[in-house]
Parts: sequence; C-alpha cells; structure tokens
Amino acid sequence: MKLTKTLLALAALWAAGAAQADINIGISLPLTGPANGLGIPMQKGIGLWPASIGGEKLNVVVLDDGSDPTKGVQNAKRFVTEKMDIVMGSAATPVAIAMSDTVAEAATPHFMFSPAVLQAGKDSWAFRLPQSNAVMSHAMLKHMSKLGVKTVGFLGYTDAYGESWLKDFQAEAAAMGVPIKVIATERFARTDTAVTAQALKLTSANPDAVLIVASGSGAAMPHKAIIERGYKGKVYQTHAAATRDLMRIGGKDVEGAYVVSGPCVIAEQLPDAHPSKKVAIDFVQKFEKANGPGSRNQFAGHAHDAALVLEKIIPMALKKAKPGTPEFRAALKDATETMGRTVVSHGVLTYSKDNHWGFTTETGVILKVVNGDWKVE
Amino acid sequence: MDFSIASILALDGVTNGAVYALLATATVLLFAVTRVIFIPQGEFVAYGALTLAVLQTGQVPGTVWLLLIMAAVAAVVEAVDGLRQRRPVGLVAKGAVLTLAVPLVIATVAMVAAPMNLPLVVQALLTLAIVTPLGGLTYRLAYESLADATVLVLLIVSVGVHFALTGVGLLFFGAEGYRNPSFWDERFNAGPLMLTGQTVIIFLASAALIVLLWLFFERSLYGKALRATAVNRLGARLMGISTVQAGRLSFTMAAFIGALSGLLIGPTTTVFYDSGFLIGLKGFVAAVFGGLASYPMALVGALGVGLLESFGSFWASSFKEVIVFTSILPVLLWRSLRDPHTEED
Repeated sequence: MKLTKTLLALAALWAAGAAQADINIGISLPLTGPANGLGIPMQKGIGLWPASIGGEKLNVVVLDDGSDPTKGVQNAKRFVTEKMDIVMGSAATPVAIAMSDTVAEAATPHFMFSPAVLQAGKDSWAFRLPQSNAVMSHAMLKHMSKLGVKTVGFLGYTDAYGESWLKDFQAEAAAMGVPIKVIATERFARTDTAVTAQALKLTSANPDAVLIVASGSGAAMPHKAIIERGYKGKVYQTHAAATRDLMRIGGKDVEGAYVVSGPCVIAEQLPDAHPSKKVAIDFVQKFEKANGPGSRNQFAGHAHDAALVLEKIIPMALKKAKPGTPEFRAALKDATETMGRTVVSHGVLTYSKDNHWGFTTETGVILKVVNGDWKVE
Repeated sequence: MDFSIASILALDGVTNGAVYALLATATVLLFAVTRVIFIPQGEFVAYGALTLAVLQTGQVPGTVWLLLIMAAVAAVVEAVDGLRQRRPVGLVAKGAVLTLAVPLVIATVAMVAAPMNLPLVVQALLTLAIVTPLGGLTYRLAYESLADATVLVLLIVSVGVHFALTGVGLLFFGAEGYRNPSFWDERFNAGPLMLTGQTVIIFLASAALIVLLWLFFERSLYGKALRATAVNRLGARLMGISTVQAGRLSFTMAAFIGALSGLLIGPTTTVFYDSGFLIGLKGFVAAVFGGLASYPMALVGALGVGLLESFGSFWASSFKEVIVFTSILPVLLWRSLRDPHTEED
C-alpha cells in the first residue's frame, strides 16, 4: 500500500512538472498478490534501465496492480489518460489480457510481460516479451526427437497454461513433421493434494516421455508422483518450472529431468555459438552486481530485454515524430514491427506486422537437472 | 482397470479420505456447538503445514506474529468490555494478562527454538502449539459478539474470515509452496500396493484422534458440556454451562484438528498458502453427508469423497472437482426428502 502511494505521489509529481519532450512509459506490475514473485524481480530489472535513450529522457512510472485484473485496467486507464507513449505489463497473464483492450483503444504500443494469448485481431498494438509456448515446444520437440522419443504422456494444469501447451505442442509437432504423438492426456490443479490416479494411468500407458506442464513449486508434486509409481522414462518440464523451487521441493526425484528455459538464467553455460550468450552474460553481471550473486531471474531478463527493444525503436520513431503525440506512438509500433533481428538476453526477437510474439526458435534451451543444479544439454 | 490399479486407487482414496474425515469432524463439531459453518477450516491446514515448513528452515514463522497480534487485540477488546461493564480494574487487568500469557509463552518458546534446528517431532509439536490457540482467538474476535446471530450471518462472517486468513497466509508464507520431510521414511510392499510410512501415520493419527474425540464427548465433563450446548443452547445455559467457553473450546479443537491435518498431508504434497480452502471444502462436503450433525455419517462421507476423488481423477482427471462437488446434490436431495424440516431461525 505504502509503495503504491509513494508511486502515485511520484506520478502526480511527474504530471505536474515534467518537460514536454520526455518519453513517458507506464508500467503495471504485480508487486503484491500471488504473482508478486514475477513482478518484484522485474521492478529490480527496470531499476537498471538507462536514464535516457536517443537523447531523450525516459520517465518511467511503475504502478502496482496487485495481481488483480481490475486494478490492472485502472492502471491502464491512468496511463492512457496521461498520454503515455508506451504502456508495459503486466507480468500476470489475466491482468495483461484485461489491460490490452484499454491500451489498444488508445492506440498505444503495449509490451506485455506475459505470454498472453489474445483473440485474433485484438493484438495489433500488443507485443509479448516472454516466449510463446509454441517456440518453447520447438526446442523441446527437437530434443525429444534427438533422444528418439516417439510417444509422450501429458500431465498438465487444467487451466489456460496447461491447455495452450497441449495445443501448441501438438501443432508444433505436426508443423515440424516429427513423429511424436501424445498418447495420454491427464490433468490436475495446482491445489490438488495428490495425482496418484493420473500418474497410474500415465505409467500404464507407458510413453517414452512424460511432459509435465505446471509452474514454480507446483511442478514438483506431479513429478514426484510419477517417479513414485515407478516410471523410468524421460520427464520434461516447461519454462514455468525452470526455477530452483523445482529442486527445492522435488529433491532427488527430479534428478535427470529435462526443463526447457530461456537462455538468460544459465548465461555462462551457453555454447559460444548461441546468439544470446554475450547479451545474457551482460545482463547477469549487471543484475547480480546490483542485487547480489545468484539473484538472476528470467523475469528480470525480460525487463532487461524491454530496454534493449526500446533502445532500438525509440531512435527510429524519433525520426518520424515528437514524443507525446499519436504519431509518435504509431511510429513506435511501426518501428517494433520493422526493427528486424534484435538479439536480447532471452534469444532473438523479430516482430513483424503479423507476428507479435517475436522470438525465433533460437530461444529455447534444454536444461538437465544434475546433482540438484542446471546443466545445459 | 484391473485389481491392482483399483487397489492402489482405493488406498489413495482412503488416505485422502482419512484427512477429510478429520476436517469433517471439526466442521460438524463447530456447527453443532456454535452454528458456525466454518469455511476457513482449511486455512488451519495450510497454516499447520507451512508453519512447520518455515520452522524447518530455521526461521520464526509468521503465524507466531499473528498469534501475538490476535492475542493483544483480544486482550484489549476484553479489557474495554470489562471497563464498560464497570467491573473492578484489578479483575479486568487479570483477565487481559491471562489472555496474553499463553500466546506470549508459546511465541517466546518458538523464537528461542526456531534457530536451534530441533528434531522434526519437536518442531511438529511446536507447530501445533502455535496454530491451535489461533482457533479460540478467531472465535473471540470474529464470532463471539455475534453468537446469537442467524446461521446466514455467521456464514457470511466465515467468508470474511476465510479471505482474511488467506491474505495473511500469503503475506507470511509467500506465493511459493513447500513440501515437508516425511515423519517416517519406511516403505511397505504388499503385492501391487506400496504403503509409505506417512500413509500409516495418517491412518493411525486419524483413528487415534477420532477415538479420542469419542472418549472426550462420552467421558469428560467438558465434552458433555459441549454436547449439551449442541443439543440446546438455552437449556445448557440454564444448567450453568457457559456457551462462550463452549464456543472457544470447540474453535480451539477445530484449529488443533486443522493443524494436525496439515502436518499429516504436508509430506505427501506441496502445500501453498491457499491450498487449505479446497481441502476444507471437501471436508465440508463430507460433513454435509452427515447432515452437519452426525459424526459417523461424516466419516463415511469423507471416505466416500476420498474414493470418489481418486477414481474420478483416474477416469476423467479434468472433471475431478466437478464430480466431487456435484455429488453433494443427490445427497442434499435425499436428505431433504427423508427428513423435511423448517428453518429454525
């Protein structure tokens, strides 16, 4: 609450006395509520942004949305009435989706910090900074076919995240033409106390690999359940599980699991040929210098990437129009769509008019859990 | 499905059912004595599991602070009430000190013991000591002044208490989940069945608690006083039984049962700050099987919910909760057809 008030006061102060030509950026983040684990590292990442880009001062206003869609929309309305040049956020998917309508109506570029799937035609102003599930499936499928996996059992959340992984995974398999089939589909909820029954059904189908779609510390319980049922095949986890909570709770049962992740958290281990290696190491060094060793985090990486995108698009847009005008906002959108290959800490971004997801297939890295730590495959 | 799969599912269902049975017992107890439908029952489950998890990391769990704050508020409320009724100042002060004494002792012990890395069993006992008094304090602060209100008002208060306790849980324990170490790592194999030590403990603890509760209600004076309050509040009062004390005692017991359930399930799953709600709700469904009045029927209902859940998630995992919660409808229909009764309030 106190933080919100301070930020509001700051926003008011800015509204009263800011110079006209500054570039104004409004960011809504879940600094409180269930998704604060995503918002707080992002806020720290934003704290390391440059003070000015292209010779113009950046005015960054961060508001808390409390992981609540209603408050996210309120923040979005405030941003557009104050004629912000760029709106960003939120890191929580339901909040980001709720904000998108307001921001799009005001014809303002919207950078989302969550892989939010919007209805067709609704995302003309919205760009996502995290990777899509399809692009992550690509890396996973490539790894699976290398290991000769033919059949996959799916064990995922009964929510939008689980559902979209199942859909994107199968679509990507068909698009890549790899002979990998999902032969069993089981679901569970984060708050479930047991998945014994689902694990039994999966192990009796005996697929070559099991794909677990869950997030954070919720990803360990189903993993332990299938190991307890004596499953000997390979286990894959998604990028939402690529946190140390998996090992903290899973212990020796998650040993040998394959986890798909963005490259920025394991920067040093990346092969030299990986396009993001330099940028990722730069991010990790800067971030850990400010926040202490071991503080690196994929969401802070997205915040870092946002600044890299801004550094590319703002000079392009400044050539066409002045900040604070609708023309400038339109120019920013065009610049994002035409900026071309941009290497960031999470991979390579190339947005286009039809593709607002950005990441190329170079982004996904497969990590293996070895002795309670990540190892790049 | 063959016999081995069915037996594994049945074991899983009965294990979960045993925990639901404990919570259903607490729900029935509270409703009978205080007419409160206690939705936040599950919150004590999460508090129990998470308090132990935080103690495991050698830190002082947030529930200790919650205990102190609630005790302080209760003491102030009591003192103000006492002064308003013009009771002697000495007596009022004594009451306030008594309210504060037990929580203060528990909190001091917790703060001293937290960094000492004590054995798991000692930490579990400490957890019970921290969470159990929260029940009585919740009753004092939220329900006591409304004790004569209608069931509906009390239910609405319960919803509020549920949100408050969940929010406090998020503040103290964070959004990530914890899994506790097992109390007993042994594994027994019987054919296709694999019985873990923790499952055995769950069965033993549930059975022991149910027997203890039975003894308490049948043999002890306090238990009989609670039963009398449940049968007829006014009559019990005329016989010199304090309904206020009965309410506090039953809420304290409910918190104890909740915390114990939390300790039991903590090693078998990942517990989040908001995990308790669904677990408590399933206990409530089980209690409805017994018409919120019968302990043996609630027990049967709990095992039924556990089995339904485990077989339901085998056949149609995406509809598991739908199956469990829809099963309450035929039960309600059957109950209202069998013994139609008018609303008392």
